[in-house]
Amino acid sequence: MGAATPTTQIDPELHEESGPIAESSTPASSQEQFNPTSESTFGPDTLASLRPGIIPARHPARWVGTAVVGLLLAAILYSLFTNPRWEWGVVAQWFTAESVIRGLGETLKLTIICGVLGFVLGFILALMRLSASPLFSSVSWTFSWIFRSTPLLVQLLLWYNLGYLYEKVSLGIPFTSLTFFEINTTTLISQFAAAVLGLTLNQAAYSAEIIRGGILSVDQGQLEAAAALGIPPWRRSTRIVLPQAMRSILPTAFNEIIGLVKGTSIVYVLAYGELFYTVQVIYSRTQQVLPLLLVATCWYIVITSVLSVAQYYIERHYSKGAVRTLPDTPAQKLRRFFTIRTRTTIGTR
Amino acid sequence: MSITSTEAPTRGLVEIRDVHKAFGTNQVLKGINLRINPGEVVAILGPSGSGKSTLLRTINHLEKLDGGTITIDGALMGYKIRGNQLHELREKEVLRQRTHVGMVFQNFNLFPHLTALANIIEAPIQAQGRDRGEVTAQALALLRRVGLEDRADAYPRQLSGGQQQRVAIARALALNPKVVLFDEPTSALDPELVGEVLDVIRALAKDGTTLIVVTHEMGFARDVADRVVFMDAGNIVEEGTPTQIFGAPQQARTKEFLSKVIEPAFHL
Repeated sequence: MGAATPTTQIDPELHEESGPIAESSTPASSQEQFNPTSESTFGPDTLASLRPGIIPARHPARWVGTAVVGLLLAAILYSLFTNPRWEWGVVAQWFTAESVIRGLGETLKLTIICGVLGFVLGFILALMRLSASPLFSSVSWTFSWIFRSTPLLVQLLLWYNLGYLYEKVSLGIPFTSLTFFEINTTTLISQFAAAVLGLTLNQAAYSAEIIRGGILSVDQGQLEAAAALGIPPWRRSTRIVLPQAMRSILPTAFNEIIGLVKGTSIVYVLAYGELFYTVQVIYSRTQQVLPLLLVATCWYIVITSVLSVAQYYIERHYSKGAVRTLPDTPAQKLRRFFTIRTRTTIGTR
Repeated sequence: MSITSTEAPTRGLVEIRDVHKAFGTNQVLKGINLRINPGEVVAILGPSGSGKSTLLRTINHLEKLDGGTITIDGALMGYKIRGNQLHELREKEVLRQRTHVGMVFQNFNLFPHLTALANIIEAPIQAQGRDRGEVTAQALALLRRVGLEDRADAYPRQLSGGQQQRVAIARALALNPKVVLFDEPTSALDPELVGEVLDVIRALAKDGTTLIVVTHEMGFARDVADRVVFMDAGNIVEEGTPTQIFGAPQQARTKEFLSKVIEPAFHL
């Protein structure tokens, strides 16, 4: 209330003051535009004698910001390179050590196998979920529900200890005594098998939802047109729907794959020799904990960077037809960036 | 490529007998009977919700029937008779039947990730199993016919609405259909683009292909159609030549509808 009182008092005053000014201001301001009183007005002679080029506007705040961020970056870099405790020498020594590279290979192997299998299974689960059969769709729903509800760590340990629940795994006709093949579960489920099973099934549960979302994002009219043209169902899915769904699937799918690269580190609980487990084994022996963690970190960054570049180009590929002109590749952008720079500098000279 | 105007059209006879269709409790088609002769151009008019689009979609079995039959050149669409019972066809057979019926949609429904040419050749290759080279040659000829021979490699979003619809017409024709269905082909277009699409359909009409056009373009229906069918509330209220329907409509409902859609245009 206290604040409202002054405004109600000011308001009429403003109106009284602005009233007469508003009436007379129209001719006054239009006159001003014609009178050469400021820098932005000019006579016809000035236009004719202009020097070529345009001097760009100044952005002082941007310069201050740039300086602050630049200083911070410099400080971080300085500490990274001058603080001896980072032990970059040790990092360099272990970065390409044979055991580390072998671990890296295992990490990549797990990522590729589980990524591919996970997304294939996820695609099937997504189709099941969208199918007209209530059994298919509820089985798919239940699968996603269970595997998204339990921690990956628990799943991995469960798979590894499957031998405790089921001593033997056999292939035969269910509910009959007919078996073609039988094996001890503990032989079948090695560390590798447990890791692949756990990561794949978990990945499938997530990717099923991502793919389903992508398929749902495609306009119904597309399916209708394909059906009206008599295009067979499999071709309709792979040629018409999936390529369009890819646009919304890809960003999240790459999130998932990048997550999976780092997620493979969780299988160290099975004492499986991937990158993270390998560096752990090394630093427990050499006590160089931080440098070795840095080794792993750097390798994860390298993998993720490669994936990010791949993501850019794959997304660009699938944006064909969705945008009028494709965005520039980084190389093209760089070239244009420098081209413009050159032009501006020539202009200001 | 298609029937030339010199010979009398022999294919594309559509017989619709007592067709019923309901969505839930909503009776959309209440016993439609209509015979469309080979090469005939039929315009279906009617207020929105009258069932005209649904009728069109039952012809290529995009909508299943609740009752009645539709035949094209004597072949039952979507069903077969075994004993004295109608049996639903399997999807594969329905898809094969659909290749005899071209369809052009209100919203074009071109595949946005494929070029104009790829849009046209997809179905003839995949659904009819024809040779790619032969289909491509035909597609380029069709693009020339709709005046877009230089846009074969353009993606739909790089084309105007009118151009997209012309590509969609070429796509429908590439299957060498017996019948082409048009579902309000100009409703989504800017007024200045309507003409170019209607010109293409007009040329097709002269060609002897059976055309069934659901439209709101009264002038077009009057100029091009051999017969005009007026639908309301799931029934055919009246049908006749354009002169009969536009000149001397017999039913009060037809008169009322026509006065609403035509009168304002004359006063403008």
